[in-house]
Amino acid sequence: MSTTLWIIIAGAIATYLTRIGGHLVISRFENIHPRVEAGLNAVPAAVLTTLVAPAALGGGPAEWAALIVAGLVSLRGGLMAMFLAGAVVLVLARQFVG
Amino acid sequence: MSAEAISENRAKSDFLQGVRLSMPVVVAAAPFGLLFGALAVDNGFSVLEALLMSAMVFGGASQMVGIELFGQHVAPWLIVLSIFAVNFRHVLYSAGIGRRIAHWPPVQQAVGYFLLTDPQFAVAERKAEAGETVGFAWYMGLGLPVYVFWVTESALGAVFGRLIPDTHALGIDFLLPIYFLGLVMGFRKRPLWLPVVVASAAASIIAYKTVGSPWHVSIGAVAGVLLAVILPPRHSGVEARP
Repeated sequence: MSTTLWIIIAGAIATYLTRIGGHLVISRFENIHPRVEAGLNAVPAAVLTTLVAPAALGGGPAEWAALIVAGLVSLRGGLMAMFLAGAVVLVLARQFVG
Repeated sequence: MSAEAISENRAKSDFLQGVRLSMPVVVAAAPFGLLFGALAVDNGFSVLEALLMSAMVFGGASQMVGIELFGQHVAPWLIVLSIFAVNFRHVLYSAGIGRRIAHWPPVQQAVGYFLLTDPQFAVAERKAEAGETVGFAWYMGLGLPVYVFWVTESALGAVFGRLIPDTHALGIDFLLPIYFLGLVMGFRKRPLWLPVVVASAAASIIAYKTVGSPWHVSIGAVAGVLLAVILPPRHSGVEARP
């Protein structure tokens, strides 16, 4: 088998381990401490924020405008509405400010 | 109508509800699937290898990092370690989602964890938060379209990669951050949401500037989670059970 194929297989196994690993570890405990539960409840906001913040900082006026408009729309509208609003602002703003 | 027919109809409508929710994810991920295929071939993968990686790893950012390092002839074990590092955030998702799908049969759970991407986790958490059961049919409806499109787009990108026009003007490099912001906003009613977001944002930016990518994701995430663990339970809305 080629090296490439080995990299793909090993990468796939490593990835699956991260996707099932957290569950396997936490399911060993019978009772989940309230603080652990509080930590688990914070997971979505904590992880997803790290996928936005550095990208936002590295952006310019067009990116910031898109995030602000999308953020405001998300206060009222659904996910699809906020996403489309952000995308439209981004594409329009980049026509003018690059 | 028999009980079986009713539950079959129920599963079908749950599946379709999941499919509807998957559409923004499919749209947001599409450029990246094409881009991955194009970059993979550019870095020395065959079309089949590009397709295989998307089908087996199914993690966009880690695949991008993997082929980038492959193109630079980095040692294979280091490529695999980098893929692991980029995907390490899934450990937290996995620990969080386990509570929601514990009622599934083990084989279904094993399949469910394979499809556990960022949006998959976030949308499933929102459903659980609304007090609804996260069922297998619904979860598959959400995850399968994303998977099928991702693999197909990777193959298309690998075959037709050089035809993609100016990606910057089309804004496709910044679609995912916008989508992820939407997911973050979706959790704003949770206790401690703002402090967690601020802590994770600050820590991930500092880590990005100092330690570098991809570790800023894990470091930023741990900062936010730790804050929620450290603050007294009365703030986090989780009371000690008798």
